[in-house]
Amino acid sequence: MNMEFTPDQLQRYHRQMILRELGAAGQQKISDAKVFIAGAGGLGSPAGYYLAAAGIGTLAIADNDLVELSNLQRQIAHNTERIGMLKSDSAQSTFKALNPEVNIISITQRIIAENVAELIRDFDIVVDCTDNFAVRYLLNDACVLMNKPLVSGAVAGFKGHLTTIIPGQGHCFRCIFEEMPPDAEEPSCRQAGVLGAFAGVIGAMQAMEVLKLVTGAGEPLKNTLLIYDGLKSEFRRVNAPRNKDCPVCGDDPYITIPGC
Amino acid sequence: MAVKVRIPTPLQKLTQGREEVEAKAGSVVDVISDLDAQFPGLGERISENGKVRRFVNIYLNEEDIRFLQAEQTAVKDGDEVSIIPAIAGGSSR
Repeated sequence: MNMEFTPDQLQRYHRQMILRELGAAGQQKISDAKVFIAGAGGLGSPAGYYLAAAGIGTLAIADNDLVELSNLQRQIAHNTERIGMLKSDSAQSTFKALNPEVNIISITQRIIAENVAELIRDFDIVVDCTDNFAVRYLLNDACVLMNKPLVSGAVAGFKGHLTTIIPGQGHCFRCIFEEMPPDAEEPSCRQAGVLGAFAGVIGAMQAMEVLKLVTGAGEPLKNTLLIYDGLKSEFRRVNAPRNKDCPVCGDDPYITIPGC
Repeated sequence: MAVKVRIPTPLQKLTQGREEVEAKAGSVVDVISDLDAQFPGLGERISENGKVRRFVNIYLNEEDIRFLQAEQTAVKDGDEVSIIPAIAGGSSR
């Protein structure tokens, strides 16, 4: 491990390097980490912002949407001048401006079964900041099959979910949610609404989970689903054990290729 | 004392907007029947032919009933039952 820091790096990361749980060794792990963020929206903006600020070595941000005016009350990686620009490019330039040391990769492809393995192959950790179940299950399956930790966050209205999946150490997304709800039951942000600050809580917590995984500090949120109620300011945890009948991480899995 | 049941946002239109309701103790199936009697239509949204729908998660206190005795899990007075649907929003759209 190369533990040489420049004077600028020592200044930039001073407040986190003096944390007993991180130190110089933790900062080196952060600098060596490669993190893939799926989605540059209300979750991906704060998650990516904080991971770039912390000095994650390589940060990929994947989104194929364009910035719209209605995104800006919550998607703080973008701004008014960037309306019409690709979100992944916009996020890349925002994060780069915050921390030029981070190698930020803009991925403008839509994540699909055919490319998911290739897209995440070179990364240590995947952060699910997407907005639909199909991609959530796809990222889960790919991460389980490729043995990559996955930090999954979701918001709708004033309810937020957070869980950290470490393949081989417990549950996966399918162990918690076996099947996606029919469309009518699925409140998206467009239908259910969301406040930027509320999404920001879950996105920032996703960044925290990544930084804990990278540095080894604390306990990741594995085998647990954290439920945040923004109106009550209440956090609840429910247990999320591995399901031995899970189609991807169970004893006799039948999903062996992502998306199949 | 009864069983406290937490109703998720999409189903609160069936409970007059209430997020917490009460039901009589019994099995999970009994709790769902009691909820449906109080709030017609709620049972069908959660279950079908006595089985909890696969896209609905029900927790008894902190435990997923699928890892207890599923629909036959006993629910006592003072317990809390939470109905928790998956949410997908990443706040992109």
